[in-house]
Amino acid sequence: MNIAVCVKQIPDQSVPGKLDPGTHNLVRDGKLILDDSDSYGVEMALQLVDRAGGGEVTLISMAPNGEVSGIRTALAMGADRAVLVSDPSLAGSDALTTAKVLAAAIRRNPFDLVMAATESTDGYTGTVPVQVAEILDIPSVSFAKKVEIENGILKVQRQTESGYDEVECPLPALVTVTAGVVEPRYPSFKGIMAAKSKPVDVLDVAALGTGPLTTSQEIVSVRAAEERASGTVVVDEGDAFRQVVEFLEAIKVI
Amino acid sequence: MDFGLTDEHHAIVDSVRTFVERELYPFEDEVERLDEVPADLANAIRAKAISAGIYAANMPADIGGGGLDAVGLALVERELGRASYALQMLVARPSNILCACNEEQASKYLLPTVLGERHDCLAMTEPGAGSDVRSMRTRAVHVDGGWVINGTKHFISHADMADFVVLFAVTGTEDSPRGPRNLISAFLVDMGTPGFTLNRGASCVSHRGYHQCELVFDDCHVGDDQLLGQEGRGLELMDQWLGASRLTVAANCVGRAQRVLDKALDWSAAREQFGQTIGKFQGIGFQLADLAVAVEAAELLTLRAAWRFEAGEMTAQDAAMAKLFASETLGRVTDTAIQVFGGTGLMSDAPIERWWRDARVERIWDGTSEIQRLIISRSLLRPREYLA
Repeated sequence: MNIAVCVKQIPDQSVPGKLDPGTHNLVRDGKLILDDSDSYGVEMALQLVDRAGGGEVTLISMAPNGEVSGIRTALAMGADRAVLVSDPSLAGSDALTTAKVLAAAIRRNPFDLVMAATESTDGYTGTVPVQVAEILDIPSVSFAKKVEIENGILKVQRQTESGYDEVECPLPALVTVTAGVVEPRYPSFKGIMAAKSKPVDVLDVAALGTGPLTTSQEIVSVRAAEERASGTVVVDEGDAFRQVVEFLEAIKVI
Repeated sequence: MDFGLTDEHHAIVDSVRTFVERELYPFEDEVERLDEVPADLANAIRAKAISAGIYAANMPADIGGGGLDAVGLALVERELGRASYALQMLVARPSNILCACNEEQASKYLLPTVLGERHDCLAMTEPGAGSDVRSMRTRAVHVDGGWVINGTKHFISHADMADFVVLFAVTGTEDSPRGPRNLISAFLVDMGTPGFTLNRGASCVSHRGYHQCELVFDDCHVGDDQLLGQEGRGLELMDQWLGASRLTVAANCVGRAQRVLDKALDWSAAREQFGQTIGKFQGIGFQLADLAVAVEAAELLTLRAAWRFEAGEMTAQDAAMAKLFASETLGRVTDTAIQVFGGTGLMSDAPIERWWRDARVERIWDGTSEIQRLIISRSLLRPREYLA
């Protein structure tokens, strides 16, 4: 069982982010960390390979300046190897261009399954994984809250607003996982030490063989989100329950 | 000079800090309230630490430990030190002295302890022998096939959670230029050995939930195979294996001081009085600046000592300087934090007063500040005395 896991390296969210004043893109200089939402896919892939009794987990990432800090975290969790695409021409790539790059990187090695988060924590487009599946011409299942593979069939419980759907599809396929799918492991000391000697192939666009990639998306302007209005404080002087009931009736909850 | 940490060091910090914030912080208030870590919680935290591969960080990798270098270990101690002591000690770092076990002892004591199947404690201090360790009165007398131990130890940390104790006892005397002095030996003594009683000690103002105990030995018989190292060489064994333990205290203090300082900074940047945040008043801002300098200096002293330990160059003075400065810095940071928070800082529903209480013991255990100053001053004066 060989699984490719798409992982995004993002700016550390504990540090205030910056937008490039010219392009309005998020500034991605300096150290990047593994997007927390991708740690679930890495953990799920490790468990599936373990259950299958063998195989490899390969990380697929695209980041500027050959940045591998976030990849090393996923390697320390137990992934076997990584492919990083890093090329100045990819700065400011839109979702479709990113998907083309990731798909080309995934194709370089045989795979049974591709995993990804439902969306990244910095961009939130949530469109890249299904675009990757389309380019690879494989089925995709999104919002998986449980993933199993039986006799070469992918079985997924797909989260919906009212519960979940049970979905089955043949391999190879792509699946996006939610935060509840598994509990990601902590990178162990042994894993951290082992990670530094695991292979990371760093490629530029020319090595991918995709031909020229152009981004058609342009960010025209950005503005601050509206501040959330302050809530209403109900002071309980014996009749607060009435006010709460009236409020719930007003918004048609009860 | 290169003050940079390696990528692996950064990864170790990230992993342990995440563990501390997710698995330990949420239970701090409960442990403080109960003065106890419920057994289920203790077992769950140990199991998570083992599964996360961060248990026994101080032990060699070939026996299942973390296999970290001294700087990596100091960073682990710094991160664990941020959390409640009773909780962070469940991510155990077994006593290094167990590495002195012979093959048979290793299978019974060292290896199960590294795997988290057994738990150790160390018994040195006595009611009449604190800083003056050699004056201890617990005595082991050799008899046919073993030793008979009599005496009382007190202030023995987490003995109530231990399965066995590394016990230090007098086994003879030798002549020295200052007259006869005790020879000390180390023993491995299992809990439940006849003649060995454990009593819970009085509750302590610092580190609630982390208990100290009294150990009473009344004609307690142990076998020859329970002698750890050579007879009469217990203190040398202690120097060999426990030299770095003062760095543990120093690193713990640095981590907690950083956490307290962060809280004080958050408060000073948010709390408004007289139309501005209180951090903008020099009376507060300058104190915060001084604390930040002290915490940074404490960290540098600690990591430098660890770096020298790794190079085989650490002296007793290096460790003493780090322990002294880091523990006194923590005291200063927590006391100033109370002042910055004002009345809020003294309330039991905020953690500031807990950190203030917890800080107090750090200047006492593992060698008081006075003992550290003695070590440092002797080390400074000894070459001059020799020349004179």
